[in-house]
Amino acid sequence: MGVLTRNIDLFVHHFANTLKLFAVSGIASLLLGIFLAMLRVSPVPVFRGAGTLYVTVVRNTPLTLVFVFFVFAYPYLEIIKFEFFTAAVVALSLYTSAFVCEVVRSGINTVPVGQAEASRALGLTFTQMLGSIVLPQALRSVVPPMVSTFIALLKNTTVAAGFSVREAGAIRDALSELGEDTLTGMLWVAAIFVLLVMPLTYLQRVLEKRWSVAR
Amino acid sequence: MTAASTPPMIRMAGVDKFFGPLHVLRNVQLEVPKGQVVVVLGPSGSGKSTLCRTINRLEPIDSGVIEVDGQPLPAEGKELARLRADVGMVFQSFNLFAHKTIIENVMLAPVKVRKTPASEARKTAMELLERVGIANQAEKFPAQLSGGQQQRAAIARALAMKPKVMLFDEPTSALDPEMVQEVLDVMTGLAKDGMTMLVVTHEMGFARKAADRVIFMSDGEVVEDSTPEEFFSAPKSNRAKDFLGKILTH
Repeated sequence: MGVLTRNIDLFVHHFANTLKLFAVSGIASLLLGIFLAMLRVSPVPVFRGAGTLYVTVVRNTPLTLVFVFFVFAYPYLEIIKFEFFTAAVVALSLYTSAFVCEVVRSGINTVPVGQAEASRALGLTFTQMLGSIVLPQALRSVVPPMVSTFIALLKNTTVAAGFSVREAGAIRDALSELGEDTLTGMLWVAAIFVLLVMPLTYLQRVLEKRWSVAR
Repeated sequence: MTAASTPPMIRMAGVDKFFGPLHVLRNVQLEVPKGQVVVVLGPSGSGKSTLCRTINRLEPIDSGVIEVDGQPLPAEGKELARLRADVGMVFQSFNLFAHKTIIENVMLAPVKVRKTPASEARKTAMELLERVGIANQAEKFPAQLSGGQQQRAAIARALAMKPKVMLFDEPTSALDPEMVQEVLDVMTGLAKDGMTMLVVTHEMGFARKAADRVIFMSDGEVVEDSTPEEFFSAPKSNRAKDFLGKILTH
């Protein structure tokens, strides 16, 4: 307990950054992931190809390498300068969106083809059909794998510690510099992660319950 | 009115369609004038559902011409969406939007496609639900309704777009026997109101009572094209005689 209470400011500060990383890249990867899924089911072959290429490249690359690119290689391209935090958000979002895309796409595949046919027969455009009919039903059917993807994202934020972002993954190093017992510190970090994931699990249960009626 | 000034509601000329090596529509010629009720009969696999689905291009054709109200079917895109908005379609499997209530199902297309204000769309939707006899189910989800009620809701949804023509693709084939009549009654009412209809069905009673014209299809071809009386009492082709023999004996 001593390690935690003596360094409570450090824990709070680092975990606050973890949550910030999670919130910003969570929203970004959800939006980008849905957009990628729309590309992958598009009637236009070029869009489908672009979506498939993105998922293949990004999903098959280790997260650390995506970080390496944005922290070390990307600055040489001299496009826009990122801070470390922003670079971490970009890396996490681009990486997670590939997984979100595949979750959404599997959801789209569960929606009966008749739903799309009825929308088309009524004169809805492709985007209207996706937005009003197919995606809402697709998202309802993929709550558990989607929540798993976000739990993975929450824990993946710790990779940012290796790239100068002071989040939960950096707590061990900080404690070590202070001469604290790092092993106990790590156990506390693990315990806090378990607590942080719980609301996500709860959210999953609530959404599953609410949306089970509609189908 | 002369024939030249009013184009037929549906015109199909030289229409061919293949599913891989299977020739599902063979040189189909068909004109449906405004206000006519056409029933399409035929054994399963004869191409009658495909024929119905080509008219709003849910199935693209390989050659030939299809025109709706004088307009050739455009390629997939905004223009086709506009044309589909004028062509109501009712499916065998209802295809109501599962995540929306009945009233939302009926209101959706008028609001999204026709940009009707929601309050007005709701009023029209309630009138239509009243007309098909399920106004009291308006706030329920499709899964909470019986098959017959779902199909009547689907008809109301199609009518909400004020279509020029209605296509019915085996609308009663997925229904329990006791629910067939309530759907046919709604359809008969529509026919009486002068709606142009093309109905693919196995309901011979409906064909006799409500149809102006019967099309008999077999192996992708239109084999007979006559009035119901003629078709049922004196079919010309052997394939039609064979078909009627099979279904009318029991």
